Amino acid sequence: MTELLEVSDLTKTFGEGEAATHVLRGLSLSLKTGEMAALLGPSGSGKSTLLTILGTLMKPTSGRHWMLGQDLVAANDVALTEFRNRHIGFVFQFHNLLPDFTALENVIFPTAVRAGRETPAARARGRELLVRVGLESRIGFQTTKLSGGQKQRVAVARALMNSPELVLADEPTGNLDRASAQQVMDLIHEINRDEDTTFLISTHDEKIAASCWRQIVVADGLVTG
Amino acid sequence: MLYGLKIAMRYLTASKAQTALLVSGVAVGVFIFIFMSALIGGLAEFILSRTVGDISHVTIEAEIADPAILIDADGFLLAAIEQGRQRTATLRDTETWVPLIETVPGIRAVSPQIAGAGFLTRGAQVAQVSVTGLEIGRESAILNLEGYIIAGSARLGSGVVVLGRRLAEDLDLSVGQVLRLQSSNGVTAVLTLGGIFQTGTGMLDRSSVFVSLPTARTLFALPQGVTRIEIKLDDLNAADDTALRIRALTGLDAVPWTDGAEQLMEALNAQAQTGYFLKTFALITIVIGVASALLLSTYRRRPEIGIMRAMGAGRGFVVFVFVTQGALVGLLGGVTGATLGYLALLPFPRRDEFVSGTLPMDITQGSYGLAIILTVIGAILASILPARAAARVDPVQAIGQ
Ligand SMILES: Nc1ncnc2c1ncn2[C@@H]1O[C@H](COP(=O)(O)OP(=O)(O)OP(=O)(O)O)[C@@H](O)[C@H]1O
Ligand SMILES: [Mg+2]
Repeated sequence: MTELLEVSDLTKTFGEGEAATHVLRGLSLSLKTGEMAALLGPSGSGKSTLLTILGTLMKPTSGRHWMLGQDLVAANDVALTEFRNRHIGFVFQFHNLLPDFTALENVIFPTAVRAGRETPAARARGRELLVRVGLESRIGFQTTKLSGGQKQRVAVARALMNSPELVLADEPTGNLDRASAQQVMDLIHEINRDEDTTFLISTHDEKIAASCWRQIVVADGLVTG
Repeated sequence: MLYGLKIAMRYLTASKAQTALLVSGVAVGVFIFIFMSALIGGLAEFILSRTVGDISHVTIEAEIADPAILIDADGFLLAAIEQGRQRTATLRDTETWVPLIETVPGIRAVSPQIAGAGFLTRGAQVAQVSVTGLEIGRESAILNLEGYIIAGSARLGSGVVVLGRRLAEDLDLSVGQVLRLQSSNGVTAVLTLGGIFQTGTGMLDRSSVFVSLPTARTLFALPQGVTRIEIKLDDLNAADDTALRIRALTGLDAVPWTDGAEQLMEALNAQAQTGYFLKTFALITIVIGVASALLLSTYRRRPEIGIMRAMGAGRGFVVFVFVTQGALVGLLGGVTGATLGYLALLPFPRRDEFVSGTLPMDITQGSYGLAIILTVIGAILASILPARAAARVDPVQAIGQ
C-alpha cells in the first residue's frame, strides 16, 4: 500500500502565555491508501483538533503535514480550499448539512461549487451516491425533513462526491442510536472496501473502533497506540 | 457564478417573511426617494411656469441712442448735441433680424413688439395704461393671452384693443364698446374692445392693453421697426446660452430672463439641495437596513458557511453569495418601490395641469431608473461588510459549535 499522508512532530497550542493549552505535543502519524483507522482517546485529548489539521481547516503551531506529495503547511488558503475540495471528504457530528437545500443538492455541493453550476453529470453521480447509501426515496427531500441517521448517510454520500482519497469523520455516529450507527458504519466499510478510500474516524465507541483495521490512540497530545 | 446566484436566491427564499420585510423596507426608502424627486421637480416646474412661463425668455430692447459727442483732436469737449425731440428708441431692420433669430435652435416663438405708454378714456373716465403692439395672429406667442381670455377673443385686428379684467371693471367696460386710446406721442386712436383677459397678475390685469402692431405704429409714430423683440424658448434653462448665441449672430443686446432673477434661482437651488438631502437620507436608510439584515443573516448562517468552506467553497464564493443577496434585495426593493411610487403619483394632475392648492407632483420627474440603480449600488455596498464577515468565518469554530 502507498503512503497517503504523513504528519510529524505536530504541535498545536491554543492561547498564549499562562492561558496556553498545549493540545498536540509533537504528534506523528501516517496513513496509507485504503486504510480504515479509528481515532481513540479520552475527551479533550485532541482528536478533533488533529482531524481539523489533517482536513486543512486549521494549521498546526509547528510540525510537518504532507499529503499526496504536497506540503500543506506551506500552502495558502486558496490552494488549501482547492486541495480540500478535491482530496478530502468530511463527516461531522453536528451541523453537517445545509438546511435550506435538498439531499441531492447537499450531495453535489462539492462538485457544483468547483464547476460554478450544477451539471447534469454531477446530478447523476449525486443520485447514484444517494441510492448507494439507501436513500433513493429521499433524493428531493429538504434535509430538515430527514432523520438523524438519514442525515449522516447524506453526509457520507456528500463526502464521497468528488471521489476524495481521504475521508475524515469526527464522531459520525455520536448522535445516532445503535441501529442507525451500525447502518452508517456498514456503509463506510463497504465504500472503503469497494473504492479503496482511506477513512479516519474518531469515536468513543469500542465496538466501532474494533470494527476498524487499525486503532490510533491519542493521549497527552501524542499517539500512544 | 451561476451557482453562487442559486445559493443566494435560496437563502432569500428560505426565510420568506424576513426577506419580504427587508424588501419592503427598501421599497419604502425608494418610494420616498421617488416622491421627493417628483415633488421637488414638480415644484420647480410649477414655480418656474408661474413666474416665467408667461414672460419673455430672451428679450432684445432697443437702446436709446446716446447723443453724439464731438471731441477735438486735443481732447477738449466742444459740444454735446442733444436729441431735438423725445423719440422712442427703435430696432430698425426687424424684417431681417426676426428670420435670422428664428434660425437659432430651441426657439419656440419670436415676437416683435412696439411698447409705450398711453391714456385710455371712456367718457369722463381716464386710466393710465401701458400699450403693447403685437403681431396679428401671434398674439399668444409670449403671454398666453388666448388662455386668459374671459370675454370676447384675443384676436387683434386693426382698431381692436384687448385689456385686463381689473381695467375693464374700473372703466366699466364690456366687449364691443368703443374707447379712445391716446399715446404718449399724442396720437389718439378710436378702438373697439375685442376681449377681456384675466391673468391673475395684478399689474397686467390693471394696466396693460394690447393692440395690433399696425395700430401701435400709428399710435407711436413708428412707420418701421419695433421697440423690442421678445423670444420664447422650448427650454427655460437654455436662456443664457441662447441669448449668447443671438448676441453673437445679430450683435443685438439679447438679455436672458435669468438676468435679475437671481433670487428665484437661489430659491430653486435651495429647494433642489433640500431634495438631494432628503434623497440621500432615504438611501442611507436603505444601506443601513440592508447591512444590518445581512449581518444578522451571516451570524445565523455561520455553521452553514463553515460547512461550505470545509466542502471547498473559497472566500470569494462566500462573498459573492452575500453580495448577490444584497444586490437582489436592492433590485427587488428598488423595482417594488419604483412601481409603488409611480402608482402613487398617477392620481396627481399632470405637469401642465397643475392646480394651486394641491401638491405639484410631476410624475415624469420620479427618477425611477436612477432610484433603482442607486438602490442596487447602495445595497451592494451595504452587503460588503456582512459578506466580508461571512468570508472570515472560521470553519472550525463554526462547525464545532
Ligand atoms: N479553539 C480553541 N481554543 C482553545 N482551546 C481549544 C480550542 N479548540 C480545542 N481546544 C482545547 O483543546 C483540547 C482538545 O480538544 P478536542 O476538541 O480536540 O478534543 P477531543 O479529543 O476531540 O475531545 P472529544 O472526545 O470530547 O470530542 C481541549 O482541551 C479543548 O478545550
Ligand atoms: Mg472531538
